[in-house]
Amino acid sequence: MAEGNGPGRITSSGLAFAALMAILIIVSLWLFMAQPWWFPTIASVHGVQVDSLFTIVLIVCGIAFVGTQGMLGYFVMRYGGSGKEKAGYWHDNPKAEFFLLSGTAIILVVLVFMGQRIWLKFFFSDQPKDALEVSVTAQQFQWNIHYAGADGKFGKTDLSNVSPTNQIGLDENDPAAKDDIVSTNELHFITNKPVTVHLHSKDVIHSFFLPNFRVKQDAVPGLGVTISFTPDKAGTYEIACAELCGAQHYKMKGKLVVESEEELVKWQKTLLAQ
Amino acid sequence: MAGIAQGQRRGSIIAPPSNYDGGGGQGESSNSFPISKKHLATWLLLTAVAMLFAGLSSAYIVLRGVPEWQNITMPRLVWANTLVLFASSVAIEFARASVRKNKTDGVKLWLSVSGILGLTFLVGQLAVWRQLVQAGVYLQTTLHSSFFYVLTGLHALHLAGGLIGLAVVLRKAFTNRLTADSHEPLQVWGMYWHFMDFVWIYCFLLLLLA
Amino acid sequence: MTETHSHQEGEHDHPKLGFWRKYVFSTDHKVIGIQYMVTAMAMAVIGGTLSLLMRLQLAWPDKTWPFLAKVFPLAFKGGHMAPDFYLSLVTMHGTIMVFFLFTAVLTGGFGNFLIPLQIGARDMAFPFLNALSYWIFLCSCIVIFSALLVQGGAPLGGWTAYAPLSALGEAAGPGQGTGMTLWISAIALFTASGLMGGLNYITTILTMRTKGLSMMRLPLTQWALLITAVLGLLAFPVLLAAAILLVFDRAGGTSFFIPGGIVMNNKLIEHTGGHPLLWQHLFWFFGHPEVYIVILPAMGIASDILSTFCRKPVFSYKMMVYSMLSIAVLSFVVWGHHMFVSGMSPFLGSVFTITTLLIAVPSAVKTFNWLGTVWGARIRFTAPALFSIGFVSLFVSGGLSGIFLGTSALDIQLQDTYFVVAHFHLVMAIAPLFAAYAGLYYWFPKMFGRMMSETAGKIHFWMSFIGVYCVFFPMHILGIGGQMRRIYDPMNYVFLQPQQPINVFISVSAFILASAQILFLVNFFVSIWAGKRVTENNPWEATTLEWETPCPTGHGNFGPELPVVHRWAFDYSVPGAAEDFVPQTAASVPAVKQV
Repeated sequence: MAEGNGPGRITSSGLAFAALMAILIIVSLWLFMAQPWWFPTIASVHGVQVDSLFTIVLIVCGIAFVGTQGMLGYFVMRYGGSGKEKAGYWHDNPKAEFFLLSGTAIILVVLVFMGQRIWLKFFFSDQPKDALEVSVTAQQFQWNIHYAGADGKFGKTDLSNVSPTNQIGLDENDPAAKDDIVSTNELHFITNKPVTVHLHSKDVIHSFFLPNFRVKQDAVPGLGVTISFTPDKAGTYEIACAELCGAQHYKMKGKLVVESEEELVKWQKTLLAQ
Repeated sequence: MAGIAQGQRRGSIIAPPSNYDGGGGQGESSNSFPISKKHLATWLLLTAVAMLFAGLSSAYIVLRGVPEWQNITMPRLVWANTLVLFASSVAIEFARASVRKNKTDGVKLWLSVSGILGLTFLVGQLAVWRQLVQAGVYLQTTLHSSFFYVLTGLHALHLAGGLIGLAVVLRKAFTNRLTADSHEPLQVWGMYWHFMDFVWIYCFLLLLLA
Repeated sequence: MTETHSHQEGEHDHPKLGFWRKYVFSTDHKVIGIQYMVTAMAMAVIGGTLSLLMRLQLAWPDKTWPFLAKVFPLAFKGGHMAPDFYLSLVTMHGTIMVFFLFTAVLTGGFGNFLIPLQIGARDMAFPFLNALSYWIFLCSCIVIFSALLVQGGAPLGGWTAYAPLSALGEAAGPGQGTGMTLWISAIALFTASGLMGGLNYITTILTMRTKGLSMMRLPLTQWALLITAVLGLLAFPVLLAAAILLVFDRAGGTSFFIPGGIVMNNKLIEHTGGHPLLWQHLFWFFGHPEVYIVILPAMGIASDILSTFCRKPVFSYKMMVYSMLSIAVLSFVVWGHHMFVSGMSPFLGSVFTITTLLIAVPSAVKTFNWLGTVWGARIRFTAPALFSIGFVSLFVSGGLSGIFLGTSALDIQLQDTYFVVAHFHLVMAIAPLFAAYAGLYYWFPKMFGRMMSETAGKIHFWMSFIGVYCVFFPMHILGIGGQMRRIYDPMNYVFLQPQQPINVFISVSAFILASAQILFLVNFFVSIWAGKRVTENNPWEATTLEWETPCPTGHGNFGPELPVVHRWAFDYSVPGAAEDFVPQTAASVPAVKQV
């Protein structure tokens, strides 16, 4: 058989594959750059940084994607065989391999650092001092919202006191509980005021997902998790449960309203009156 | 079966035009892996068993830290059982010494002793469980008791499996198929049994030092 | 003696085996391998059907299905699919596909068929144990299938079975009773079967390679199967440990995974002290190596087949081996990336981000090497060739989305969404599926002495390649838009409604994709009896040892003498050689074409 010195043969299979790779690249560029469907509108301060990080990773991965899929398509098109000629025999290139390996590692290390800045800031910052504090207790299949009220103190809760009308087991006799506000599936924040959420679960694992705020945290029974963030855009949003928690998991929807402080207090007053 | 019939290719003896050694690494002239099949398979089995107990003990270590942890007192019988199991391992070594000297009577004796001691251990474990139940300590009483029952139970199951293996080895011993030159079944079974003894001591210490 | 004895031509020291011993209860690794493959195909049909039902619900959540309601009255009460039925579909689809299809076909099927053949042995080290592993696997398949049929239905906690949902038993909801118990039993049986197989594979590959076959002359398929078997040995027992603890929580009143403070039906339940995250840690300590147990054999098979049809050595064989070894080692220290938002310590989250992005490096190396293999090739476009090329494209797509998820700060938004579903389907399901298809088309003549239809194979490829991208690529967009996993009715959420056309597109594509797989199944089974007969040993002109044997390979594999290996498996297009391949058994490079 002839040695592999000539060009490869362009075949119909090769062309078809290359065409598919081209279509894949074009469609993915359209989906990710024109963004006909994209992230829910952003409504939190740290969320802007998260979205920027996503864009950076998208660019890096996008270049890798277009590069590799494109090369694959090109090679497959270009290097068809005829059965009469050999391929190249070369199969090592230590320099290129070292360069590619270290290049990849360096890019990934940089991405780790960039991501960690946001991650560490989210989890290891001190809790904001004048945050609006809310206790959210997830259960099958609703979100129980609990505000401390004007005294700033959460009333004691005891799960052995749970009843159909008192899902978080609020101790009515505790003086601190007198002004506590409890709501089912409706959560209100104040625009531009930091919020601290104490997350609990009464039964199985749920996940407190605020798509517009780039917030997601599992609510684990037996574990209390606290997260803080700042909503900065008024509006009405949705809360979703993002961890399979039983047959009605899909129904665990909540309403989240971001509004001015006066409006929040007015809302809380209507709940207290009930 | 077609055998070497049509189409099988053999390398020709014509000298190649290029000075080419065939790529890849330098081949060994024959494949002589230093461990025998049965030994290797036994090591692999022990690795899997080790990972099972490693998984359980990591769960133990994690839960040991919860505030609700409450220790139980282990019945004293557990200590005696530990000695019995240790003695059964020692008996294996006497059996191996005998087989190396081709003393078939010694082999039969010491393997039987080991088996009886092993059975005694299992019976003793059942007795320990009964003692705990009589003291009102059940599977679900505390986390410590849960782990006690699960670890000892799983260990006992593996030991019972070992006794089945012993039955196979004993059959070979009693039909005089274990000799100084060929007694691999005894060796690998011994490895398994010693390992289960070690697992017992490990679990025992873990439960004891709660 | 349990050693296999060589079969001299004409000297049959076995009594002639009856039909049952020869084709059903055989200890011949080739029969066992084919049994695994066929059983896995049956499980694939079941698992795939479950996913099509899911796609019906996701695309058209408000529709009623009168025909389905007649067939499955309990699942389609009043014509609508019941939410708990949907979740049991999700759970069983995942469980069946991960274990009973992918692990079974790649490790059980190809492992059994290929290992003795490619290393020049007559059978596995322990043929009886091998047969036993298959029959226990079959039992596990029957048990998992029966979970669909029992009262209360199949479990609905996802294949990941997070506690306490899975630990609370009936109290937590439908399907968590008998169905869940059967699920756990099936997994336990599967683990036992896998352990037996793993013992066999490692022992066979290490101790029974023929003369001249050093480790660095092994085909990449063998390296992959060896490494995978080691991973399985180390990871599956941890799953078993978790399952044992779960059984006791469900049936024994223990509290390994159930903390105090749980209220069900307005009453505090009596458990206390357990830790739900413990289940996740144990499960994912197993679960992450498991995904590599699926992909590594696929990588090995695809690499070898790619090289064969490119007529070119795989680029940087050594680095391919080292990459697989480092992936295997690293796979044990990345499991926390499944738990970034779980309530696990954020510090640990940082550690796992670092290790996860580290494991991307050897995967990238392999991708560069596949590209390097195709560069300068002379591709023979057969069905197996196309599938191995498709594998590379799919692995790149799926692998890159992993970078987003491994970056913990981004994972907060993307975890538990369809972005994850897209990622793991592409890397863990579709890419391995393409590698498996490549393998089935490629080794079919060796298994059955006939060829599959090449035309049907090509149609299968083009439809499937386009189909899988149409189904799974848009899922990235769904996840970015926020669509959560395991949601029975996405239309319940206003923010998801604009994306619903994507769900419809995916479902329609899924049905077309499924029809292409039916084409494959028809091709496979019809060709066993009516495919074009193969008379030569080596129809693909490949270098590895299995191609020294007849098509189909007979009992005992090789002739009176075992082959002797003189070179690695990738001597394609050797300069100066008469042909564009030199078999591993060739002592020197033939300068004249062999007849």
